[in-house]
Amino acid sequence: MVKKIFTLILFGGLFLYSCGSGGSQQEIKIDGSGTVYPITEAVAEEFRKVEPDIRVSVGSSGSGAGFRKFTRGETDISNSSREISEEEKQLAEKNGTEYQQFSIALDGISIVVHPDNDWVNTLTPEELNKIWKADSEVQQWSDIREGWPDEEIRLYGPNTAHGTYDFFTETINGESGASRTDYNAVADYNVAVQGISSDKYSLGYFGLAYYEENAEKLKIIGIDAGDGAVEPSLQTVKNNTYKPLSRSLYIYVAKNAAQRPAVQKFVEFYFNNAGELAQDVGYVPMPDEDYEAQKSAFRSFVSDTVAAN
Amino acid sequence: MGIIASISGIVVLAIFIGFVIYMGIQRLSWDFIVQLPSRFAEESGIYTAWMGTVWIMVFTTLISFPLGVGAGIYLEEYARQNRWSMFLEINISNLASVPSIIYGLLGLGVFVRMMQMGNSILAGALTLSLLILPIIIVSTREAIKAVPSSIRDASNALGASKWQTIWHQILPASFGGILTGVILALSRAIGETAPLIVVGALVYVPFAPQNPLDEFTVLPVQIYNWVSRPQEEFIINAAAAIIVLLGITFIMNGIAVYLRNKWQSKMEW
Repeated sequence: MVKKIFTLILFGGLFLYSCGSGGSQQEIKIDGSGTVYPITEAVAEEFRKVEPDIRVSVGSSGSGAGFRKFTRGETDISNSSREISEEEKQLAEKNGTEYQQFSIALDGISIVVHPDNDWVNTLTPEELNKIWKADSEVQQWSDIREGWPDEEIRLYGPNTAHGTYDFFTETINGESGASRTDYNAVADYNVAVQGISSDKYSLGYFGLAYYEENAEKLKIIGIDAGDGAVEPSLQTVKNNTYKPLSRSLYIYVAKNAAQRPAVQKFVEFYFNNAGELAQDVGYVPMPDEDYEAQKSAFRSFVSDTVAAN
Repeated sequence: MGIIASISGIVVLAIFIGFVIYMGIQRLSWDFIVQLPSRFAEESGIYTAWMGTVWIMVFTTLISFPLGVGAGIYLEEYARQNRWSMFLEINISNLASVPSIIYGLLGLGVFVRMMQMGNSILAGALTLSLLILPIIIVSTREAIKAVPSSIRDASNALGASKWQTIWHQILPASFGGILTGVILALSRAIGETAPLIVVGALVYVPFAPQNPLDEFTVLPVQIYNWVSRPQEEFIINAAAAIIVLLGITFIMNGIAVYLRNKWQSKMEW
């Protein structure tokens, strides 16, 4: 009986092994930001209908983890919700990985509070800085503006693994990663949505898609950067009036990969369809001419790489 | 006290399972099982995820079963009682309580990078094997210890060699217990997410694996990704995928119970 079970397991393995039919070696490996992941997944899904022989796989390990693999040459394309950092640039240089950055869509970081919160309608970037800076003294709502309630403010934001955290801290606090630490740092934004929607004295920030899906449970705050309060929306992010918390989302393409026709096809397809697909999954498309600009930038990147060889 | 404790445990579990089934059952269909992931929650399926899970589990079994049972037999039957074997013993029990993400980091360093396996099924299966080896070794030893020494003595008295005694008497008598341990260990491995993410399990893999060096995704990783999406429909998908994963785990545990009972009733001296 012992022998039988060993044989069974062995043959099970062999059977699975023999199921493989070789398969084409046209592979594109993508990893990186969980924020950009839904867009790339959508593009890969549509691309598969056009080019079924090119195998595109997409990971979602986070912008930073994605760059760690990308700079070592383990992936062809890296999704990112922030620009590559100095440290990561040096890593890439050390490992001889050359690359170029392309914008593929826009996102607005939304500041949200509980729907019963009737005292806040707008905040200025200075007030946000006062709340979120590293040595912030804001403990109660009244510490932000005179006349607001003497109630403790409870803050929600992404944890340090998120590109959203890097972008927000850089934009609002002037330095990426500089933030107070006594807030509820979440790995999953749905936890922040849940927390804010059940606590009258809370405030938090995350990507626009999470607000739009939960608009009835949350209240969005307009940002007044000097030209009156603007709330994030498809229009205000696209025409760049929602400032300063509008951001670009990026893909980084490695030079080695860009020499392969499969990758060229995929990236071109990306620029042709990202606008529409980004909107499908909750992000803001860039203006059409920007996609054209990215496409021609990619073409010259490709011809450079080919010429260099 | 004991009754209250065990009942409250069961109640909490029942609430969780009931909630997941209530949410997920509406999405559970044949299409859900055989379709690829998609940006539309309603068209999304778990085909590559459960295929990945099956591949990973087959290779984890192939690696950890012979190694773990072999190590258990060696430690129990052959190893001399000295400092060295004490040291091994303590280490194995300690390894059983190391957080799984540490195994993931080890797997990333050794299998993915040093041994150049890449983000492959083989690297994932080796990492999970390391994770469950201590459990298998310990349960194998316990099962062997439970065999009455009269059996061993009788076999030796009839002139059987050491290996003949192990192969024809000890192993068949303890195999129910060994298998239970192995299957419970595998049931733990099937739900692991963290080490596989570290080793490089991806999320969108639109093809079933074809050989052990292919990239892969597994059910828990797909569930994790869906749960963190903003759209409610994806969370329903996650619940449905959890039902499938629970189903696989229950089946595996069921097999463990069945095999144990079968072997125990067969063994009569």
